[in-house]
Amino acid sequence: MVKFLEYAGRPFVGILEEFGRVMLLFLSATAWAFRRPFRFRVVFKQMETVGVNSLTVVLITAVSSGMVLALQSYYGFRMFRGESLVGATVALSLTREIGPVFTALMVTGRAGSAMAAEIGTMRVKEQIDALYAMSVNPVQFLVMPRVLAGILMLPLLTVVADFVGIAGGYFVGVELLNINSGIFMARIYEMVAMEDIFNGLIKSACFGLILSVVSCYKGFYTTGGAEGVGRAATQAVVISTVSIFISDFFLTAVMF
Amino acid sequence: MIRLSRVTKRFGRQTVLDGLDLEIPEAQITVILGQSGSGKSVILKHIIGLMTPDSGEIFVDGTDITRLNDRELNEVRKQFGMLFQDAALFDSMTVGENVAFPLVEHTRLPKKEIRRIVEEKLKQVGLEGVTRKMPSELSGGMRKRAGLARAIALDPKIILFDEPITGLDPIMSDAIDALIVDTQRDTRATCVVITHNITSTFKIAHNIAMLYEGKIIEFGNPDRIRNSGHPFVKRFIRQEAPGKCPN
Repeated sequence: MVKFLEYAGRPFVGILEEFGRVMLLFLSATAWAFRRPFRFRVVFKQMETVGVNSLTVVLITAVSSGMVLALQSYYGFRMFRGESLVGATVALSLTREIGPVFTALMVTGRAGSAMAAEIGTMRVKEQIDALYAMSVNPVQFLVMPRVLAGILMLPLLTVVADFVGIAGGYFVGVELLNINSGIFMARIYEMVAMEDIFNGLIKSACFGLILSVVSCYKGFYTTGGAEGVGRAATQAVVISTVSIFISDFFLTAVMF
Repeated sequence: MIRLSRVTKRFGRQTVLDGLDLEIPEAQITVILGQSGSGKSVILKHIIGLMTPDSGEIFVDGTDITRLNDRELNEVRKQFGMLFQDAALFDSMTVGENVAFPLVEHTRLPKKEIRRIVEEKLKQVGLEGVTRKMPSELSGGMRKRAGLARAIALDPKIILFDEPITGLDPIMSDAIDALIVDTQRDTRATCVVITHNITSTFKIAHNIAMLYEGKIIEFGNPDRIRNSGHPFVKRFIRQEAPGKCPN
């Protein structure tokens, strides 16, 4: 019986251990954020990589999901003549859920994998050792700027995603499906509160934190050469994605 | 100046350093010679504090670096320059930015002065006109040179070389050997080189430490190593595999 429990529990112990190590890396990055030297240029560079460079994919995803949402909800609402609610449904889903979550997923795929691969390559090519050897702390130099960029840029990207998503919904609803534009917008104003948008942005900052810490962690502890770097990038995306969905449930439960 | 005392390091069940004692004389080139996988790199990483021993002490300038916290260790490391096996240049920066990196991080010199030092160091290692190139555009030998330029940017008192000629052709190897000798002569730095190459060792070494099964089994000037009675040292110098036929 004890043997069985040991066997069955081993994966959970592994997961807990790994979670602990991720937390330690996060705490270390937080501590280093408040210590000199402050490398603003490095942080701005990461904000560009995480934010600006992910803009195109986020825009495309947001427009498409806004349009699909309008289309799907229109067919649903038409059954009981509730077409006027399409705008509000699109706006609420986007600001509360789809904006933050889809943005985080796209950034994970684009920037998270790149973080893991880049830091992982630096690890296997001894460049992280070289940083230590030159008295530069790699957590402060590599991890902290990426985490900061993740926390700062995700809400900004989400605002853009919310906006263009609703615009996509407006296009489908008003231009293609002939919903009255005044009603479409009035329902949005009526139903969407500032709180919805704001909570969505807090969510997205949390997602930014999760995806950047997980990706940096996977890169930072890469072993096993080129194969290891590939594995780190894949795991960074998988673990970040799963963590984003799980944390989304709890954040939603707490907030709304 | 650098002294390792009863240093033991294990990885899992494998004991890599087994109560190792080694004293590295100041302002000379000391070569640590040993087989591949014998723990040479591990010694180097202990000296610069990238690894901590399971037991034993490592003294740099009389300070036991195994007892220092991160901040104190960083101060000690500023006396070091290290050339990594594959040079470990940062891929995302140009060669010039790589060499400038320690200067930007640890000095308050104006940009113009940093640029001057970068040019000077690159010239010293025989590289010119590559400041704007990316590391991936350089050959193996050039990367090593650029790595050395970065290692000596802050005029360190101690320079560590991790397998400096591994993977280079014989002519380039000879050039790097000469560069190590010249650099040591010009800077009067304490140099520690690890290698498994006998020819290169006898070309550059003031002292040779022979590593075998986690211990230094012979230490001395090249003549002493050449005339050593230790069976492993003899075999290593003659470059013989164990059990090989006499002819």
